[in-house]
Amino acid sequence: MDRFVFLTVDGLSRGAVYAAFALALVLIWRGTRIINFAQGVMAVVTAYLAYSISNATGSYWVGFIVALASGLVLGAVVELAVMRRVEHAPPLNAVIVALGLVLFGQGVLGMIYGNQYRPAEAPFSRVAMTVAGVPVVSRYDLFVFGAVLVLMLAVAALFTRTATGLRMRAAAFEPMVSRLLGVNVARTLTLGWALAGLVGALAGLLVLPTGLGLHPTAMDLVFVSAFTAAVVGGLDSPAGAVVGGLVVGLVLSYVGGYVDSAATPLAVLGLLVAVLLVRPGGLFSGTTARRV
Amino acid sequence: MRNLGIAAVSAALLLALTYLLDPFRDYQLATAAAYLCAAAGLTVLIGVNGQLSLGHGALMAFGAYPVALVQNELADRGVSAQWTLAVSVLAGVAAATALGAVVGVAAARLHGPYLAGLTLVVAVAVPSLATLFGGVLHGDQGLSVYLLPPPAALGPDFPFERWQAWLALAAAVLTMLLLANLMRSRFGRTLRAVRDDEVAARLAGIPVARTRVLAFVVSAACAGLSGAMFAILAQSVSPSAFALTLSLNLLLAVVVGGLGSLAGAVWGSLLLVLLPWLVDTFTADLTLSPDLRQRLAGNLPLAIFGLLLVVVMIAAPGGVQGLLKGVLKHVPQVLAPAVRGRRRSAGGLDDRLQR
Repeated sequence: MDRFVFLTVDGLSRGAVYAAFALALVLIWRGTRIINFAQGVMAVVTAYLAYSISNATGSYWVGFIVALASGLVLGAVVELAVMRRVEHAPPLNAVIVALGLVLFGQGVLGMIYGNQYRPAEAPFSRVAMTVAGVPVVSRYDLFVFGAVLVLMLAVAALFTRTATGLRMRAAAFEPMVSRLLGVNVARTLTLGWALAGLVGALAGLLVLPTGLGLHPTAMDLVFVSAFTAAVVGGLDSPAGAVVGGLVVGLVLSYVGGYVDSAATPLAVLGLLVAVLLVRPGGLFSGTTARRV
Repeated sequence: MRNLGIAAVSAALLLALTYLLDPFRDYQLATAAAYLCAAAGLTVLIGVNGQLSLGHGALMAFGAYPVALVQNELADRGVSAQWTLAVSVLAGVAAATALGAVVGVAAARLHGPYLAGLTLVVAVAVPSLATLFGGVLHGDQGLSVYLLPPPAALGPDFPFERWQAWLALAAAVLTMLLLANLMRSRFGRTLRAVRDDEVAARLAGIPVARTRVLAFVVSAACAGLSGAMFAILAQSVSPSAFALTLSLNLLLAVVVGGLGSLAGAVWGSLLLVLLPWLVDTFTADLTLSPDLRQRLAGNLPLAIFGLLLVVVMIAAPGGVQGLLKGVLKHVPQVLAPAVRGRRRSAGGLDDRLQR
């Protein structure tokens, strides 16, 4: 029973991070119909930046803030410098360009930091606190839940309560009409990428201390898990991304705990195949037009 | 057989070339040939059939591990002869083909980013099999491959690298011959029809799903052969050799060479071998600290590959082969300006990958 509680809490904590990362993918997908395969490497870049800044200043939080800000900037820069040029090309071009960014980013990080794992520090203890003799949840898990919750509420508020959010939804839903009505569609797309960069950076900062540490390829498995989460939820739905993230987190935690930790990537694969074959639109898809 | 003449001539030329090169160059040539097997298969899948696969590194792993297992098993039982190599390679190709069939069936109804995502997960997940079945596959450490020296008939001083080059070149020439014939056959036209317009293809009576699965299977068999050759070249197999980077490198090779063109796959495979070597030669001339040199060694080529992929995709989606075609088309244009209007720009991705 202890083990089950531990794995469930661990799964939900991981799932919260996957949900945030999946949300970053959904934000970009809604606006541009592009899956940002470079999201993982962008998050690693910001995490390395946080690592350097934290080491230089001795404060985790300075690095944390800088990483979030740099995620925002990086998202905008990637959109303006690269992705804008392939937005109207066939979808494969955008995928290939994003993968080029993955190779480039991993190569550059390797050149600067080397290819050994570096410790990613957690700002709070990761030892679970016990409630009635059963270890339940660690301070770090609570921090993860809190950070993701704040993030989700902020994103939801942005989209439903502000004029900017309304413009972003309009531009994603009907670009031509929005442009006629005076929305600067190009700028909202950049803003969407910047926002996704920030969300991805936060997810990276939260997930890296729970794994092996910092490495140029550290986010590969997180990316595929979050992609699976986004597909489980249906790529179009932010709420679906959250549910999908939690589902994937729980599945991975149970498989890792009860079967073998080496089996978790295969579990991701199995889950993705199952969802794509049974319900390709995701669990939250409504009625969709049949694609001939 | 079409293209048989070309294949025979290039085989003879390459055979002569291996005698001119020193063992190190022979090994480089062999590596390029091994890459070519997979790149040629991938360019048919992506360029001709329009299915993007990021999982070819995993398919290569499925081609490589059986070689190690079969070679070592047969050697342990005291069966040691050159023909066992053929058995091992066939086992590798069969294993990769089987995985390709499974992935192909799942992929047949997917498009665009969904297909890319699924194959990406395959590429990330398959290396973990080595740890999961650590008892047989020895986890991250991998297996060594038992190989006999070159046949005695070739003479006592015959370098092992030249023997490896022969094996890899034979595989590459065979792959290119089969794929070139396939692309010009009825099946090749079917592949293009499915790529260009699925609805029209279906209306013309083409079984779309079966065609897409078959394309994946053919491509997987090529990747399996390539993986088997890598096992023979490195004389070892380990999960790190078949990581996601390998799949992305193959993608780079076919994109830079020119998608859908077998000649482009040749350029791309040569680039995969030559660029890291050029970078190493270049950094060897600089006075660098050993630490920095080590960090640059694997990573600088990686960064250049990535940059190249982005730049080529944005600036020249047709790749090297597209540029060459553009140049060749440009020459008569200068001579006869009147025909300029009728010529189209060198195709490239936009034409090839409408969906």
